[in-house]
Amino acid sequence: MPNTQTLHTEEQIWDYIREVTDPEIPVLNIIEMGVARSVDIDHSGKVTVKITPTYSGCPAMNAIEKMVKEKLEEKDIEDFEVKLDFSEAWTTDWMTDEAKVKLKDYGIAPPEKSVNDDDFLKSLSGTKIVPCPFCDSFETELQSQFGSTACKSQYFCNSCHQPFEHFKCI
Amino acid sequence: MNTTKELSVKESKIAYLLRLADDRLILGQRMSEWCGHGPVLEEDLALANMALDLIGHASSLYAYAAEIEDEGRDEDHFAYFRDDYEFTNLQLCELPKGDFAFTIARQFLFSSFSYYQYQQLKEAKDEQFAGMIDKHFKEVKYHLRHSRDWVLKLGDGTEESNKRMQDAFDELWMYTGELFYIDGVDEMMLAEGNGADLLSFKDEWKKLVEDTLTEATLSVPDWDQFMMTGSRTGMHTEHLGHMLAQMQFLRRSHPDADWK
Repeated sequence: MPNTQTLHTEEQIWDYIREVTDPEIPVLNIIEMGVARSVDIDHSGKVTVKITPTYSGCPAMNAIEKMVKEKLEEKDIEDFEVKLDFSEAWTTDWMTDEAKVKLKDYGIAPPEKSVNDDDFLKSLSGTKIVPCPFCDSFETELQSQFGSTACKSQYFCNSCHQPFEHFKCI
Repeated sequence: MNTTKELSVKESKIAYLLRLADDRLILGQRMSEWCGHGPVLEEDLALANMALDLIGHASSLYAYAAEIEDEGRDEDHFAYFRDDYEFTNLQLCELPKGDFAFTIARQFLFSSFSYYQYQQLKEAKDEQFAGMIDKHFKEVKYHLRHSRDWVLKLGDGTEESNKRMQDAFDELWMYTGELFYIDGVDEMMLAEGNGADLLSFKDEWKKLVEDTLTEATLSVPDWDQFMMTGSRTGMHTEHLGHMLAQMQFLRRSHPDADWK
């Protein structure tokens, strides 16, 4: 039976899910976050959207899955599946440069490039410097590796005396 | 304990996934007991975050075990509907949370062990498994950094903090032997290209632990002392049953309850 769903192109689907934002960081949509991984439409018109969790225990993931489903329903797509994809581990390197600028404007210090494993054990004693997203000062200190959500750590800026969050780089 | 029964590759894989998942669920549950009771707000958040990570790791591993098993069960079955003798987590993970020093010492021993274990598992042939582990691995690094920092701070801190840290390691030591327990399940998974060769990093792990304790001005307990055994085949301390009673009670009382 011919299906009306073939009217939607993959590009359109990408445009639809672009409207879904991260519930905990509302300035970013799930494409900028690197959470939406792929869109496929098979010959019968069935739409498959693959999303990947940022952190394993991230409670936002269920919310995002639900929001994607609602968005597709809202766009009159009937035959679809939203799949959680674990085959590749999410990394902050997937975040677009544009997203990092938006994060900083929002008051969260963006992640830098992730480091490889060999350096990790050696780097245990060192602390890295994260510039303040408000005044760009390097006079900042780590308060805690864990913040209000799993993906953020807490810093304090000794120049402008503001606490701020840093999106951890993984 | 004698495990002469020959397991198939599929059964071994499920058993292996359950061991990994049980360690993380049980430790995650223990850590979550700190929620609202942390020594300072930052640590309360840190411990709750790590508990969430560990339970998240367990959830994905259980879900994958259920998928391989293919009997229509899900992760909740493994978490809520098994009894203590069916859990194969390390006894190290089930011990009561103790004071902050005890929690940190355990976390350091477990995270450093997981670090080496995961470093190998993320190269597994099974791509779905490897991808999952790779994600967990990134988080384990944060856990290791966090607990190591605290071992150093408390060990090389006041007389009181040093004593508590030392007491914690002394008490936990006899539970470290099991980290390197190996049986047919491990061998099968290793042969399949989906397991970690525990013995290959044992010395490296010991050195990391010894170096950290020494830097923290703590003395390293005797590796050759009596060590507990049996957890991988379902033998546990008396603490696990009590914990499961609390953790599973609601789900078992309302087995058909659903989120609306």
